[in-house]
Amino acid sequence: MIGSKLRELMVAIRGGAPRALVVTLPYPLGPGAKVPEGFRGKVEIDVSKCIGCSGCANVCPSRCIIPEDTSQLWRRMTIFRERCTYCARCQEVCQENAVTLTMEFELSTDNPGDLTDTWEVFMATCSRCGRCFKPKTVLDKMMETGYKPPMEKRYGAVATLSVK
Amino acid sequence: MNRVLGDSANAYDEVKVMVGWFRGLCEKAFKRALWVFHANTGACNGCDIEVINVLTPYYDAERFGIRLVGSPRHADVIIITGPITRQSGPALERLIEAVPSPKLIIAVGSCPTGGNIWFDSYATHGGLAKFLSDRGIDIPVFYVPGCPPRPEAILYGVALALGLVDKKVAPKRLKQELLPPRKSS
Repeated sequence: MIGSKLRELMVAIRGGAPRALVVTLPYPLGPGAKVPEGFRGKVEIDVSKCIGCSGCANVCPSRCIIPEDTSQLWRRMTIFRERCTYCARCQEVCQENAVTLTMEFELSTDNPGDLTDTWEVFMATCSRCGRCFKPKTVLDKMMETGYKPPMEKRYGAVATLSVK
Repeated sequence: MNRVLGDSANAYDEVKVMVGWFRGLCEKAFKRALWVFHANTGACNGCDIEVINVLTPYYDAERFGIRLVGSPRHADVIIITGPITRQSGPALERLIEAVPSPKLIIAVGSCPTGGNIWFDSYATHGGLAKFLSDRGIDIPVFYVPGCPPRPEAILYGVALALGLVDKKVAPKRLKQELLPPRKSS
């Protein structure tokens, strides 16, 4: 028994004493929190990219993201991160790449309300029926990239409905 | 004999001082030695494994005085994992009563924090905050979200409970900026 302990000690010393003898991570008091590649942490949303399509809300298994139309022009999205499963389906489904799962994991809090975010998305309204159909941001992007809806002259913005 | 009788009041005072000093020393030495009782309220075992990881020499929560104990009557802190199923609800209530005050709860995982995917299920109480507020229990709770949380995240939660680190999350309210009017091309 003593022999094995001595052998263990020799291995530890040969490994580069005295640093090898310390195995404990200095983490909360010092650095050392390494996060592996592909880790799924806190969900962050780039509000400038969000078009309010609510695709993330549809696929979320724990219904973290809840869309709500506050007015005809504004859609309010709320994310309750306290019940997030970190499955990244929202990231997968977001066409505008507005949702990312960051490497951040230090989410501890004494109040679960701290994990709730709210963001409001501007929705463009159809000139004919008056309903929200697609936010202005996407339309503007298409105008910049040179896309011209063929039916725009006749029906206003309705034509962009068929465009991805 | 005379001396003893004459100074009995002083001797009593001395003892009192000694006891006070000893108590002060104990309070200083054991102020933050939190003994932990681990309660699984219907968890999938993911968080339980991470809690065990935290106690290994690599993460070593014992350097903060954290020790796992076998009885709630020895404990200062309850670590709760799981979404608090209907079956485990009454048991958890009795468990919280059994822990002597002052007590603290550390809720590990998304399940006790917000109920996870079972937050509106008939079979669970939908998270610890709801469970405690329904029963009028007022105990400070520290939540560690994650499914399961990394051992570092649990360590961070423990350090937050001990006051060693600062809270990093805060609620945000954002609104999209309106773009300038479209250029006619």
